[in-house]
Amino acid sequence: MERLDPRARSDIYGKRINRAASPWRAVSVPYLTIMLGSLLPVLLVADLMPLSPPFGFLLLLGWRMVRPGLMPLWAGAPLGAFDDLVSGQPFGSAILLWSLAMITIEMIETRFPWRGFWQDWFTAGVMSVVYWLVALLASGASLTSDMLTAALPQGLLSVLFYPIVARAVAGLDRFRLARARTIN
Amino acid sequence: MAPPSSRRSGFSKKAQYSLFTGYLLAGAGALLGFALLALSLWQPAAFAPLRGAATDAVAPAGEASAAARAGSQSLFAGIAGYINAGRQNAELRREMEIARIRLAEAEAVRAENARLKGLLGLRESEAKPVAVARIVGSSATSGRRHAYIGVGAANGVRPGMPVLSERGVIGRVLETGRSSARVLLLTDSESVLPVRRATDNVIAFAEGRGDGLLRIRLVNLGVNPLKVGDLMVTSGAGGYYRPGVAVAVIAKITPDGGIARLVAEPGATNYVAIEPIAQFAAVEVLSATEGPAPVPSRRTSPRPTAPAPSAPVPDGIETPG
Repeated sequence: MERLDPRARSDIYGKRINRAASPWRAVSVPYLTIMLGSLLPVLLVADLMPLSPPFGFLLLLGWRMVRPGLMPLWAGAPLGAFDDLVSGQPFGSAILLWSLAMITIEMIETRFPWRGFWQDWFTAGVMSVVYWLVALLASGASLTSDMLTAALPQGLLSVLFYPIVARAVAGLDRFRLARARTIN
Repeated sequence: MAPPSSRRSGFSKKAQYSLFTGYLLAGAGALLGFALLALSLWQPAAFAPLRGAATDAVAPAGEASAAARAGSQSLFAGIAGYINAGRQNAELRREMEIARIRLAEAEAVRAENARLKGLLGLRESEAKPVAVARIVGSSATSGRRHAYIGVGAANGVRPGMPVLSERGVIGRVLETGRSSARVLLLTDSESVLPVRRATDNVIAFAEGRGDGLLRIRLVNLGVNPLKVGDLMVTSGAGGYYRPGVAVAVIAKITPDGGIARLVAEPGATNYVAIEPIAQFAAVEVLSATEGPAPVPSRRTSPRPTAPAPSAPVPDGIETPG
């Protein structure tokens, strides 16, 4: 059978016979990717205005929406604490906002159990705009109209990035559950 | 997408309790976050050691990306240079001729300066940088404009020290880790810097607007003497910066001053020098009277209403920056 088609006994997660998913990978990938998303914008030098969308928060939304039930409800607090350490925001802002985001999505999911992509995008869009605004307010800077105008592209980008993030999360999920371990 | 069945607790007491605990923990996390946020807005330096440790860990990765960034910048500049070569050549030749004349003039001014300073008995103070470092990153997602540099307390960097590039002022050190430090950039909306016009003694405050431009607010209101294209340099008031370092160029005139563009943009800078605080004694007095630590922010910066202890070097004798 393999000679005719090498992928005959495989599915999207790899070969099915005597293979299993790596337990470490299955558990750690969501958290590691969210932390990486918090770290990536730090390496950009944005000297004039807030430039990059909050990738950490977008990945949190992505994992929560694409894979509901994977992360516990309280996961926003520790991940937010890590984001606060590197993002330049006052310590505590992401702990608060990410926790509230997790609770909000949970409540939305209880209200609308069957969701589709467009509804997810709508939810993520509204939440990232609210997050963008509240994060600006909580940043410790006195908010002026100039600052708001300068930050506008960031808010727009974070709405437009959700589909890409959702696709990336789906790909990462496939990597997470790939059957990497051989059972003998 | 169907909701996961794990959320339906049914009659299982265990499932009901774990669901309830989840909500409880999430709510507690949000409350904790709120408390920490209030604390860090009230005492901005409260979590500095934690953040310092985090940036120490991130800085090595930033060094690598900074090297890559510098490389790509020079690549793009090289390509642009080839395209504009002919036009640029003619322009540069003309500029060089003017520069030669200016250089001769500057020599004369320098000689005169030395003579006058000799008359006054002033010593030429040479600011030796504490450290030279790369800008390894910035707070790109936040509304605050902070940058991270690859040197810290282990290299002798202390909060309040000015950070300069070869073109002009970048900002001030805000917090230090062991091998990294956080810099408050001039464009941050909490940054205030006392400046004067390079050609004369029009003094003003340069405040960050948060959108990449500086707002120049004159101390003496009345007829606005500023013109588009004027260069503002540090005045040395307040004691953090040595006088005469280029800060910004006026781009637009407003009733109380102007809007200015930065001379030294951190994004286009490879290396920065961290210099010692120019008038350490003055800063000590300032921080003793106004706040607990010389944290450069709007709260501890000198305001027009409260005249700061000015530098002992009288204005008008300094070499024009």
